[in-house]
Amino acid sequence: MTGRKIGEVILDLKNISLSFGGVKALQDISFNVLEHEIRAIIGPNGAGKSSMLNVINGVYRPQEGEIILRGEHFANMNSYRAAKAGLARTFQNIALFKGMSVLDNIMTGRNLKMKANMLLQALWVGPAQREELEHRLKVEEIIDFLEIQHIRKTPVGRLPYGLQKRVDLARALAMEPQILLLDEPMAGMNVEEKQDMCRFILDVNDQFGTTVVLIEHDMGVVMDISDRVVVLDYGKKIGDGTPDEVRANPDVISAYLGASH
Amino acid sequence: MFYRENGQFKTSYKSDQQIFPIPQDRWAIVAIVALAFFAVPMMVDEYLFRAILIPFLILSLAALGVNILVGYCGQITLGAGAFMAVGAYAAYNFLIRVSGMPALGAILLGGLTAAAVGIVFGIPSLRVRGLYLAVATLAAQFFWDWAFLRVKWFTNDASSGSVSVADISVFGWTIDSPSDKYLFCLGILVIFSLMAKNMVRGSIGRQWMAIRDMDVAATVIGIRPMYAKLTAFAVSSFYVGVAGALWGFVHLGSWEPAAFSIDRSFQLLFMVIIGGMGAIAGSFFGAAFIVILPIFLNQLLPVIGGWFGLEVSIALVSHVEIMIFGALIAFFLIVEPHGIARLWSTGREKLRLWPFPH
Ligand SMILES: Nc1ncnc2c1ncn2[C@@H]1O[C@H](COP(=O)(O)OP(=O)(O)OP(=O)(O)O)[C@@H](O)[C@H]1O
Ligand SMILES: [Mg+2]
Repeated sequence: MTGRKIGEVILDLKNISLSFGGVKALQDISFNVLEHEIRAIIGPNGAGKSSMLNVINGVYRPQEGEIILRGEHFANMNSYRAAKAGLARTFQNIALFKGMSVLDNIMTGRNLKMKANMLLQALWVGPAQREELEHRLKVEEIIDFLEIQHIRKTPVGRLPYGLQKRVDLARALAMEPQILLLDEPMAGMNVEEKQDMCRFILDVNDQFGTTVVLIEHDMGVVMDISDRVVVLDYGKKIGDGTPDEVRANPDVISAYLGASH
Repeated sequence: MFYRENGQFKTSYKSDQQIFPIPQDRWAIVAIVALAFFAVPMMVDEYLFRAILIPFLILSLAALGVNILVGYCGQITLGAGAFMAVGAYAAYNFLIRVSGMPALGAILLGGLTAAAVGIVFGIPSLRVRGLYLAVATLAAQFFWDWAFLRVKWFTNDASSGSVSVADISVFGWTIDSPSDKYLFCLGILVIFSLMAKNMVRGSIGRQWMAIRDMDVAATVIGIRPMYAKLTAFAVSSFYVGVAGALWGFVHLGSWEPAAFSIDRSFQLLFMVIIGGMGAIAGSFFGAAFIVILPIFLNQLLPVIGGWFGLEVSIALVSHVEIMIFGALIAFFLIVEPHGIARLWSTGREKLRLWPFPH
């Protein structure tokens, strides 16, 4: 963890409650994320981790609570505002654009930065053509960074699972986000793929200073790479602190022992 | 000369971003377009122009429009015929009501009117999808069928909505002979196809496809579904509307609302399914297929019937036609949702590697 300096609070979640009918997915959750840190969210299945990310980037609307992003209050976050504000994410069940190539999937991540109007695009002239080339260069940097040059023209549906996860990350990185939300980026991967993915996450965090909020089940990974950890269980927060603090927390230990049999 | 990419490494992203990155493809397309412009008019007779080539060109344009909406943006429409009608009748009204209106201007304004109407009828797509959206677009079809039959203003008080347009002229070129009509439609189709290709390989096309493939992921990267869907409805309806205006002005000359009935809507949708959803070329394959098949069967079935001493009636031919369409649509929906265009490109991929199987 060299070269990077943890900053102020960039994202602050206050008293978030979310329910689906009778299911209370999140109950009065508060925690914050500091600039440039890697913040993990852990917890047993169904604890509400994915729901938490969905609240942060406006896919779900919490019934109560508040999101404060860089000092700005968002009572009503929506996905578009979240994207504009510099939030990007990947999905637990890969959500790539199946009918498109790897390159097009990643290029789509640049859509907010592409400004040429439709008529110019249809004529493929001037700004539209320049823009397309400019963003292609940026996307190629990301492709190099994630070592997926060999598959850039492949339709994503034909890729093995591990590579699809990498393309999902590439598309999120194409947004040049300030905060990257990752939902189980290493689930279902073999050891080698996990190591690669860890390396990418650490590099993104280190080189671009991107703040990372990460959901992960692999405790080894979580304890290794994260600065601070939030623990959820049945929609409630039961722990929050450094990996060592969390590991020593009796509530956390019992939740995990309770969940493991 | 082999169909090969060997040795042709792209040295810049710019050359990689061309419409047809493989030079052989590029030359093939240029050759086909050149043939279509220069050789075809000298080779074919009037019947071929009227019965096959002109309808093929105009329906290709309409299918291209439907493909943008259905194939690229993943929406559904059963109202394409109505948007052709809106294009045709709007163009007609611009032509007769605005003094000095040039025909080409009227045709394009007809397309723009269809685009505006398309946006309105696309609004339900923001809330509903699939079957419900199909029903909403079907409502558009019934509404416009009714309007052009009953609202006299649209048809300049003509009885039963029948209107006619004299031969048009464009920049001093009077388009009256079949070969003129063919060249005019071909010119428009080439320009519109290039523009469609540019859109689908650009940012707006990626937004459409993103909405089609995974709308939650699309919104999370900042794509607004409303913008993506309504632009798809607008562009699609513009294409379909211009095709409708050409169908009226150039192909038919005089027409009534029945020319753009629900049958036309289904026909256009079938073209896209058979030809290939989400492929520009698919629109042409589909249109060619649907224009040629009936003529082909009309010639062939009586001959086959003759071998067995059977009398083949016209009714039988049209029944066989419907059965073949039904079977093909079921085949393509189940086995190859990307239609003839995909079969074509798979064949080409094999050719690229030929004679080595892998
Ligand atoms: N869209 C939804 N509709 C109804 N219930 C939902 C929805 N999304 C989540 N839930 C419920 O909310 C609870 C929390 O789900 P969530 O997906 O956030 O858990 P998780 O911690 O991510 O679990 P996992 O480790 O299995 O991914 C679960 O009971 C789930 O069934
Ligand atoms: Mg989850």
